[in-house]
Amino acid sequence: MTHWKLNAGLALGLVGFIALALFAGDTRLEVDHFLGALSGDESLGPLVMRELRMPRVLLGVLVGAGLGASGAVLQGFFRNPLADPGVVGVSASAGLGAVVALYFGLSERFAFAVPVSAVFGAAIGVGLLLTLAGARASATTLILAGVAVGAVATALTGLLMNMAPNPWALSEIAYWLMGSLNDASWNEVRFASPLIVAGVALLFLTARGLDALSLGEETARSLGVEIGVLRILVIGGTAMAVGGGVAVSGAIGFVGLVVPHLLRPFVEHQPAALILPSALGGALLIVGADMATRLISGPGMPLYLGVLTALLGAPFFLWLVRATQRRAP
Amino acid sequence: MTQLNLQRVGLRYGDAAALIDASACFESGQLVALVGPNGAGKSTLLRVCAGLADPSDGIVCLDDAPIGSLKFAARARRISYLPPDGRSAWALKVHTIVALGRVPHLKPLRRLSARDEAANKEALDRAGVSHLSDRRFDTLSSGERARVLIARSLSTQSDVLLLDEPTAALDPKHQLAVMEILKSEADRGRLVIVAAHALELVARYADRVVVLQNGVIREDGPPATSLSEAVVRVVFGVTASGGVAPTRLELL
Repeated sequence: MTHWKLNAGLALGLVGFIALALFAGDTRLEVDHFLGALSGDESLGPLVMRELRMPRVLLGVLVGAGLGASGAVLQGFFRNPLADPGVVGVSASAGLGAVVALYFGLSERFAFAVPVSAVFGAAIGVGLLLTLAGARASATTLILAGVAVGAVATALTGLLMNMAPNPWALSEIAYWLMGSLNDASWNEVRFASPLIVAGVALLFLTARGLDALSLGEETARSLGVEIGVLRILVIGGTAMAVGGGVAVSGAIGFVGLVVPHLLRPFVEHQPAALILPSALGGALLIVGADMATRLISGPGMPLYLGVLTALLGAPFFLWLVRATQRRAP
Repeated sequence: MTQLNLQRVGLRYGDAAALIDASACFESGQLVALVGPNGAGKSTLLRVCAGLADPSDGIVCLDDAPIGSLKFAARARRISYLPPDGRSAWALKVHTIVALGRVPHLKPLRRLSARDEAANKEALDRAGVSHLSDRRFDTLSSGERARVLIARSLSTQSDVLLLDEPTAALDPKHQLAVMEILKSEADRGRLVIVAAHALELVARYADRVVVLQNGVIREDGPPATSLSEAVVRVVFGVTASGGVAPTRLELL
């Protein structure tokens, strides 16, 4: 396995963070509670472990892996280190889907309304993207179409917030959009995991095509890569991996941008070799950042995960823009 | 023995015709040069031969099989194509880039076999870039990059090599080196078709020169007839008394 040391290191780090995140928090938990949780003990400690901490950490791993892998694949496909799931409009359209469910109060009638609607939103956004860009679109056309789709979704989300029937609906939407794992339960895990796992599996299939694309679309086609199939894998994989994540956690930005970029030098800049480390790194980052938000948050004043990643990610994005400018020949 | 056969091939982009009624039959062992002014249809002809552009009229056959009927990977194993813009989006190592030539041979989710590695090594040797194998592509000069990309198209071990202006922007020494590589591939029995602007270079190395003008094949023959004074005057609008002379530059 290429770069196995990097992957093993990231996996070890992830396991360490998972362990930390399971035991850190307002309620102090011990190893006994963990074992109790596994054996079905119904007292408080094991209950907190089983019903709150475990699904939350697991969901963090899933969401982070989906974002990291999507970012790596999108950057490889667009041959641009500034690409991320936000760029192709997937995050925004999934967000719009969720907001529609919140706005019309569907979530009160049907428990899975928000996540289901978010995945529908992502699917519609992707469909619109492919229609706008056409069957033989280049990477640049896809980026422009993605920005347009994202803008439409953001505008419609704004419209719904504008017309919100009451302040409570508005605040519910606003908090949801900030992105967090506060509501994580086994239901969310059960809903999101098949989507995210399937999406990430599709993303792994793009590996060889992404390598060939390093030398441009014409070279990739001449090497027998079917760009149309590759595009469907990229878009479909991203829609499921990110849509599934946004559906349960809201919009968490910049993870797909930052993680692949930081890890790229360690895999000799090879797009195919970057997917697995980015999935591991994304999971590690989300689990760590979510633990940080839990520890920083005061009583009644929760810090949202999406806010934290944006606060850390946006300056990084600016630095990245400057750095790529300087390095360009 | 490989044949690449164009039968009355035409290609239009909207109303503009890029290629009109082009017929030719290329055979293995030949080094064919495509020359002509900018926009004459050299790149279009190469892309049609590579199966990357579908002709609007006519048909291109590789040994009697229309190129469009071949599976993508099967076509890629038999025809390699080097586009004109020699860039890499990422700062890949040279050996990684050369290994991309093996993509059409790889089974899904498998790693490079010993056979693939041998092909890569041979390609690096033939292109004279073995010593650069561990360097990063973005640290190379344009001459070195051109040779690395040629090594990439050699590692496929295809019957047909198509190259779009591999000598553009190179100094005289690297131009000669590139043409030497292509000549020796043709001598090994491959069909090499190369688009180029350097007429003296073409006159020395090519077995056959196809002259294009406004999408039409004007001349097709040995350099002495294809690059005669009259042809060069009409097609390129420059004069070369006695026809284009082969370059007298030699590699040391």
